[in-house]
Amino acid sequence: MSLGPYLLRRFGGLLLVLLVTSFLVFGLLYLAPGSPLAFILGPRGGTPEQIAAVTEQYHLNDPFFVRYAAWLGDILRGDLGYSIVYRQDVSALISSRVGTTLALVSLAAIIISVVGIAVGTFAALRGGWSDQLTSTLAAIGLSTPSFVIGVALISVFAVGLGWFPTFGSGTGGVDTLWHLTLPALALSVASAAYLARITRAAVLEESGREHVQTATVRGLATGHIVRHHVLRNSLIPIVTVLGLTIATLIAGAVVVENVFALDGLGSLLVRAILQRDFAVVQAVILVLVVAFVVVNAIVDFLYTFIDPRIALGSRQ
Amino acid sequence: MTERTELTERPERTDRPRTEPLLRLDDVRATLQLRGSEQVLLNGVSFTIEAGEALGLVGESGSGKSLTTRAITRMLDPGFRVSGEITFDGASVLGMNAAQLRRYRVGDVGMIFQDPRAHVNPVHTVGDFLTEALVHTKGVRREEAEHRAVVLLDEVGVRNAEQRLRQYPHELSGGLLQRVMIASVLLAEPRLILADEPTTALDVTAQSDVMAILDEQRRARGLALLFITHDLELAAACCDRLAVMYAGEIVEQGTHVYDAPTHPYTVELMGARPSIDERHDRLPVLRYNRETHEMLKAQA
Repeated sequence: MSLGPYLLRRFGGLLLVLLVTSFLVFGLLYLAPGSPLAFILGPRGGTPEQIAAVTEQYHLNDPFFVRYAAWLGDILRGDLGYSIVYRQDVSALISSRVGTTLALVSLAAIIISVVGIAVGTFAALRGGWSDQLTSTLAAIGLSTPSFVIGVALISVFAVGLGWFPTFGSGTGGVDTLWHLTLPALALSVASAAYLARITRAAVLEESGREHVQTATVRGLATGHIVRHHVLRNSLIPIVTVLGLTIATLIAGAVVVENVFALDGLGSLLVRAILQRDFAVVQAVILVLVVAFVVVNAIVDFLYTFIDPRIALGSRQ
Repeated sequence: MTERTELTERPERTDRPRTEPLLRLDDVRATLQLRGSEQVLLNGVSFTIEAGEALGLVGESGSGKSLTTRAITRMLDPGFRVSGEITFDGASVLGMNAAQLRRYRVGDVGMIFQDPRAHVNPVHTVGDFLTEALVHTKGVRREEAEHRAVVLLDEVGVRNAEQRLRQYPHELSGGLLQRVMIASVLLAEPRLILADEPTTALDVTAQSDVMAILDEQRRARGLALLFITHDLELAAACCDRLAVMYAGEIVEQGTHVYDAPTHPYTVELMGARPSIDERHDRLPVLRYNRETHEMLKAQA
């Protein structure tokens, strides 16, 4: 399949997924108890007139389908809606926060790929006690929640040694990098451990392939064989896992953003859910779904470069 | 070639030719610890190959033919214990250090495997596969390596060689890919080719073509060949001598094996070949087994 029809098909799929998820999220929020009124009118509540006015203003009493259809219509016109809690356009809210999350996830993705692939390859090729050690470390890393790692990192490197700031996302450039190092580390431990295990298994399997024997018997150097034949051919499982991991990191950043008090999409989403801020929840979920589908499309596209036997859009 | 009929048991050290043969295996044993007991997989294998000579190694599956080529290239798994002596051009193969071993694999021996589909990395182009060894082990410039590859592909009967270099292995037929494998070995200019059932994975028409090309190129370049096969006629047609393996031992070798076998196993093996001229209700079955084998050895 050539690129044009492929992109068209993926885009159609993306729209369908967006429609289904938005309906589900809208429905679930509608069914959940509570109302945004409490947050709009403050802890003391309002007079019946005020409640009636706000309910009228935000169409809170309209039937479910009417509200969903209205929201959908706005989206199609490019209007993400208006946050009744922040009294701000949702698009402005999101664009001010998407940068932090993007930087955090990118930094974490780099750490995950470098550490995961290096440790996994090392474990597979060295074997013996180094393999045992890395497998144990990977198991510990996989089973420790990211908020525990986050708190531990803060208490050791931020409070104890004072090398890093404890919260906030910095003022841009190197300062942001400095602020995001600990959060990115906390975010990447579990995924790096997972990728290390996948890499180890893939490298072990590829090392046993017949074509690796051919390369060995031709007298090629071990380093060359590892790079060009073993790691190169292990890329399919590695890239698959890396793609899925990065896509879920965006949602997984929620916890870490709260621990490190970062103003990213995750913390925005959590607060919006608690406050029944429908428009914000919907918009953040939309962004997450788009990111997930786009990352997976990129992975699919990379497959065709990694393995020439895979054609774009084939089911192999 | 000498008319020696050395029955395997004990190679007579006294009538060894004065000049060293290209390859000499002397009482090679390979053992493997398997579930607590020691399995003997090669049991005193001895043979020689002179420069430019072709030796056919025949025998049933599991008799140790492939293991022998792996011992010659030091490609056995680390779990194997190998004893005896393997010398190439006078140098002990088993005693080589890592650098010597690489030099030996780069320039002295070339290996053609049974299944080119599995033995050529599917993610690199045919051109990469062919030039890889030249570029990375012999320091040949890429353009020069590609030029040599094109010339060689042409010689082994691959048309549109320039275009083939840019194709991937899965785009080539099995027969074509095996020619590429042969070309890759010839490119390294070895002195000995080890061919482990190079035609078994191919269809019948491709088999004869590929074998003809291997035979022709080998003779033209004066390369020695160790040819492993199940096909007795084929082995007899393109080899100077035959060696017959059974249970990790060479039971009989020499120029007489095909026409006048003397060992009971070889006699039965030759008799078991299906023929186009005769009609069999049932194909003959070998009655020779491990017991017969041990009994004969005890008598000898």
